[in-house]
Amino acid sequence: MNFLSLFVLIPVLMLGGLFLSGTMKQIRTICATGASLLLLLAVTLTVMYLGDRHAGHTAEMLYTASAVWYTPLNIHYSVGVDGISVAMLLLSSIIVFTGIFTSWKMEVFPKEYFLWFCLLSIGVFGFFISTDLFTMFMLYEIALIPMYLLIGVWGTGKKEYAAMKLTLMLMGGSALLLIGILGIYYSSGGNTMNILEIARLSIPVALQRWFFPLTFIGFGVLGALFPFHTWSPDGHASAPTAVSMLHAGVLMKLGGYGCFRVAICLMPEAAKELSWIFILLTGISVIYGAYSAIVQTDLKYINAYSSVSHCGLVLFAILMLNQTAITGAVMQMLSHGLMTALFFALIGMIYGRTHTRDIREMGGLMKVIPFLGVCYVIAGLASLGLPGLSGFVAEMTVFVGSFQEADLFHRIMTIVACTSIVITAVYILRVVGKLLYGSIVDSHHLELTDAVWYERFAVIVLILAIAGIGLAPLWISDMIRESLGSINLNF
Amino acid sequence: MGYSNFLLLKEELSLVAIIILLIVYDLFGSQKKQQYIHPVACVLFLLHTLLNFFPPEACEAFGGMYACSPMGSIVKTILNIGTLLILLQARNWVNSESVIIRRGEFYTILLCTLLGMYFMISANNFLLFFIGLEATSIPMAILSAYDKYKHQSAEAGAKFILSATFASGLSLYGISLIYGTVGTLYFADIPAGIDGSPLQIMAFGFFVVGLFFKISLVPFHQWTADVYEGAPTTATSYFSVISKGAAAFVLMSLLFKVFGNLIIEWQAIFYAVIIATITLANLSAIRQQNLKRFLAYSSISQAGYIMLGVISGSAAGMTSLVYYILVYMVSNLAAFGVIAIIEYRTGKIDIRDYNGLYTTNPRLSVVMMLALFSLAGIPPFAGFFSKFFIFAAAAQQGFYVLVFIALLNTIISLYYYLLVVKAMFIEKSETPVAPIRSDSYTRISLIACTIGILVLGLLSGIYEHIGLFSFGI
Repeated sequence: MNFLSLFVLIPVLMLGGLFLSGTMKQIRTICATGASLLLLLAVTLTVMYLGDRHAGHTAEMLYTASAVWYTPLNIHYSVGVDGISVAMLLLSSIIVFTGIFTSWKMEVFPKEYFLWFCLLSIGVFGFFISTDLFTMFMLYEIALIPMYLLIGVWGTGKKEYAAMKLTLMLMGGSALLLIGILGIYYSSGGNTMNILEIARLSIPVALQRWFFPLTFIGFGVLGALFPFHTWSPDGHASAPTAVSMLHAGVLMKLGGYGCFRVAICLMPEAAKELSWIFILLTGISVIYGAYSAIVQTDLKYINAYSSVSHCGLVLFAILMLNQTAITGAVMQMLSHGLMTALFFALIGMIYGRTHTRDIREMGGLMKVIPFLGVCYVIAGLASLGLPGLSGFVAEMTVFVGSFQEADLFHRIMTIVACTSIVITAVYILRVVGKLLYGSIVDSHHLELTDAVWYERFAVIVLILAIAGIGLAPLWISDMIRESLGSINLNF
Repeated sequence: MGYSNFLLLKEELSLVAIIILLIVYDLFGSQKKQQYIHPVACVLFLLHTLLNFFPPEACEAFGGMYACSPMGSIVKTILNIGTLLILLQARNWVNSESVIIRRGEFYTILLCTLLGMYFMISANNFLLFFIGLEATSIPMAILSAYDKYKHQSAEAGAKFILSATFASGLSLYGISLIYGTVGTLYFADIPAGIDGSPLQIMAFGFFVVGLFFKISLVPFHQWTADVYEGAPTTATSYFSVISKGAAAFVLMSLLFKVFGNLIIEWQAIFYAVIIATITLANLSAIRQQNLKRFLAYSSISQAGYIMLGVISGSAAGMTSLVYYILVYMVSNLAAFGVIAIIEYRTGKIDIRDYNGLYTTNPRLSVVMMLALFSLAGIPPFAGFFSKFFIFAAAAQQGFYVLVFIALLNTIISLYYYLLVVKAMFIEKSETPVAPIRSDSYTRISLIACTIGILVLGLLSGIYEHIGLFSFGI
């Protein structure tokens, strides 16, 4: 068995373990062990991958393996990774790991909560290692459905509405996607579901024009593509902390990754032809998300709209169809995933103490909870692109890449998208100023206690990762760029 | 004609043997022994299922009147498994106070309808086919009126028999017109005479209406919700899976074998019928409060999805249809099993009665949730695979728009399935259903259904095995 399958097998074993577990202690042991193993596995994979590439393995994907599943449609269980998937796996394992620690004190139905959490992880990890369209699609949907109950049962606020809206919109996206996948499968003429093999075949351009938008929108819904992003603010705001982290941090990346891996890589001609429509839409996502964040007063809504803006930038960069921009897009996925997870973790921790997320009802928290306050500032600075943190590297690469497209349309759109950096600074600094500095608004807040060990642990891991990418970005951007070199030859 | 012909009717014969044994047992068994009629029936039926598990060679009997085929046999096995699950779930209801005096007949009548379906599946001549159709319909009316002192049940029986006879009449009229234009009733000889004349198309139209009614496709679905609601839950689950599955398969094999020449015409009919069925049924299901009515509309929309396998007219379509029936059967029976046990113990049948069910009956809620997720087509449950394959079969023939509409409808259906999940897991209730300890028969059937939901998709062997015997036009 291929060792990549461990990424699916470990959560499956965790699922089984949780099913049999009884006490809170057992549940925590299982989750912590499993998540640590996953993290370890992801780090080992990264090291191995870099080593093997260094040693001169030039195949598109490494560690590939394939087993026939359904013969009639030639569906395989096939796995393999390139630089992009390695980066995504690393991201997912960090977020799952920290997510488990953030929900350490889950009190309502803890067993069920972690069961769904594990099911979600199966989908996420499986999606990033698969190279078979059917398997990818199946795992994609597996990652979506636990959201409904995670938000519906453990969420806050308008949770039922948010959960239903999110599930239906995302499933609507996957309905479009299914048509796209069937279209790709039948029109490629190769009777294969393997994305590497389909990429070598050519789908007639006339058909690509139909199936590219379907696939792109299908994945785009999850990547918060305007106007299909409306599930995201409600969903993120209502979800419990760890679920927001996982959803904004990892699930939205499934959208970006899928857009690239399936829509663009398999149908490059149509992508080139139709990219302008989607560049416009993603441009709107970027700007509109940022402006919406300015006027929100709920911390989670602010961060959710900020996610729309940042994820819009991911899709925007992917659509530029050049190596630098797409490298930037993947970096941005990585950076946004870590940063937004950190944000949601901190918001959850603050909310757990103050029982409000409305910034008008809070102030001067830096004095009472300095640890959380400082971390919030760091997250904010990462989000607005301070050099030395991951956000800077990612956005820099994205904009350098998009500026390479020399025609007027691309130039204008790039400049417009660039303005989002300024708007980001506005809403981040506004929140930081209001929330952490100034005088204390509510006298009850004087008695708040600072973060406890598991909270500190989760937050520090995330900050280390963000700073790590910010300070030493080259190894990872080279890893991504190298993989793009072998894929994007036909643009 | 030699009597050895009868030996080819292996499946039918063993079913008839069970029916006779049960009648004798019921008539002549002592009071004490009659208590055991339920286990006896289950065991006998299990033996029958196992005995006929492996598909026979293709054969013909009675001068081509009857034909056995491996595919037909697979469908019969699927129906057998479904009937067995229903028998297991029926125990509470059959032993309840008002039904116990008529306990023995229930098994006989149920198996008679199954015998009718066997003949429909194996018929190679319209005459035998029609006998099968009628043998299915009339006992089913009795089943739906079985709780005869309940007003709704009696109403359901009357509604069913009236609309069923009307539909059979139309079908018979169609058959007679076909006989008039072609001059034969043998399936093998008809295709040569089918030239697509208007009279034949009209005859075909009349004929399929009878089956549309059985499968409850729009616009012949009006009886469904009322009958499903009024009939005893055991009978409802039987209608929704067994009768529907058999009729869908028979319709497909007739279209492929007999009306293959009219493919252009019937594809057009099906195109409209599928869209209407799925959409209308889904929209109606949203507003239902009674779970049995809810599942009635859900099963109408599922029938629409099943027809996607027919419209493709290909071997892949046949494989995915049969597979879909199997998956739909385990999912729907799991849902009905849960509903039946809760209805039997508490008499509660509305969605809002299920509020907070998870806090008191976690296992039943999980089974129900798995069943609904499977019906909605959520991976990794079996329903996802069956939906994917049936969509793939339709898309292969270029019906992308149709598949698209069907997919949009899966979103609507997901909405209403989630409403039930929401009631069970999210809503709080002051008076939730008290904890229920289900009897071992129900438990076995629910466990079997759950295993089916979990593994039917992940194990590719079943789909591939069905694929070995399927044929297209």
